[in-house]
Amino acid sequence: MTGALLINLAYVLAAALFIFGLKLLGSPASARRGNVVSAVGMLVAVVAALLDQGILEFQWIVVGLVAGTFAGVLGARLVAMTKMPEMVALFNGFGGMASLLVGWAEIYGVGQTSTFELLTVALSILLGGLTFTGSVVAWGKLSEVMVSRALVFTGQQVVNGAILLGIVVFTALFCMEPDNHTWLYALIMLSLLFGVMAVIPIGGADMPVVISLLNSYSGLAACAAGFAVDNMILIVAGALVGASGIILTNIMCKAMNRSLTNVLFSGFGSVKSGGEKIEGEVLPLDAKDAYLILEAARSVAVVPGYGMAVAQAQHAVKELQELLEANDCEVFYGIHPVAGRMPGHMNVLLAEADVSYDLMVEMDEINSRMPTVDVAIVIGANDVVNPAAKETERSPIYGMPIIDVSLARTVFVLKRSMASGFAGVDNPLFLRENTRMIFGDAKETVVQMIREFQ
Amino acid sequence: MDSVYLIFILMISIFLGFELINKVPSTLHTPLMSGSNAISGITLVAALASSGGGYDHMATILGTLAVALATINVVGGYLVTDRMLAMFRKTKGASK
Repeated sequence: MTGALLINLAYVLAAALFIFGLKLLGSPASARRGNVVSAVGMLVAVVAALLDQGILEFQWIVVGLVAGTFAGVLGARLVAMTKMPEMVALFNGFGGMASLLVGWAEIYGVGQTSTFELLTVALSILLGGLTFTGSVVAWGKLSEVMVSRALVFTGQQVVNGAILLGIVVFTALFCMEPDNHTWLYALIMLSLLFGVMAVIPIGGADMPVVISLLNSYSGLAACAAGFAVDNMILIVAGALVGASGIILTNIMCKAMNRSLTNVLFSGFGSVKSGGEKIEGEVLPLDAKDAYLILEAARSVAVVPGYGMAVAQAQHAVKELQELLEANDCEVFYGIHPVAGRMPGHMNVLLAEADVSYDLMVEMDEINSRMPTVDVAIVIGANDVVNPAAKETERSPIYGMPIIDVSLARTVFVLKRSMASGFAGVDNPLFLRENTRMIFGDAKETVVQMIREFQ
Repeated sequence: MDSVYLIFILMISIFLGFELINKVPSTLHTPLMSGSNAISGITLVAALASSGGGYDHMATILGTLAVALATINVVGGYLVTDRMLAMFRKTKGASK
């Protein structure tokens, strides 16, 4: 039995490498090494699994490994940085599906299973299926293959309740009669359906929450699969991922001042609020005049949002940053936790444009610096800078922490039109005395400013 | 293994996960997510056993599919994370 012992020791080593890797991921300087450490952990676990005596035939394993590696490498290499949220969602979905299949295959594997094991099989099917279809819908929404706004219909809660009830009933039936595969198939179908139903009522701007939550589910699905096949490393790794996903979800919810239930069930963003008219005048500005103001500025804060990703403006922004710095002006970036479509989305885009990470300032810190800022440039962000969240108690986004750009001496808002943001709320910021609207494509506008500088 | 021991391991791992992730700065949220996402592909280990265990046909088919999907998750996840992290740089002289 020394073989089995060695394999289990290898799993312990793999777990240690995952833990250490995650720890290194906690700081920008060591993060890349952390990822490599974690990948080595995975390699150790996979090699150990392959050496297991239980494995008799290798031909299908090789087929699966080669096909998966090919697709994974291709996906990871070819995807554009702006398409990262949907790619991560898709990878996540595949992991979930794998857990579903592992649970399913377990039925055909070793006979004689206890009720506890059957329950964990059911759980890995449920979580895996839900992660898969949920992630695919999230991918569809993010890549705009399907409409990204929230889809709600009357009786949605009732339908979801019925699906949940069905899942409970079929799980119970399956545990009592594991040999009757009708229950198993019903459970698989309902789990897949539940994933779809859970994500369609969630709108595009709430995607950071959904992606983190699905990430957590995929970990928990692996965990359940670990119980089903009695494997410790699946439980440890799955639990680590589950916990990290839950933490991120929590951070995202806090950044929107909404509870998780509100995000998951309210269909926020599908309803247009009537809202009262806000008094004031829109003061437009062209790039040439904007340049004159920027040239005199000593401190500039850039506040990016999803619009920067859409316009692919990050490289132009970086160029502007360099010109401003050459002009003896301090530039930094104020990043709202939920700006963009996944946690940390803006940071990745700016990093792609080679912006130093110590210039990316978190929300709490930037608000205290804002009064000393000469120009705050809002690029494609709307709700995260909406002062209504602080001032208008009746506003649907009231209470959401914002980046308070209106405290800066001058605010530039780069925007296509006066259309309201995702939340459908008017933004009084646009009508402030110190706000100048620069209409047009964000990238075009920034490029024009750069030209003026040169 | 005894289920109770496995549940015990689960509990410890969850607490450990919370401790590890709690202090990650928001700059790294995306790589953290995709990196931990790659770890969730650990289900590959179980998939290998189903695919090559010499069980019934159905188990082999399901297992092989699971191996392929989990491998996409693992390989794609780690590579994409590495690609992102390679971009996170601190430019000299940029900070005060």
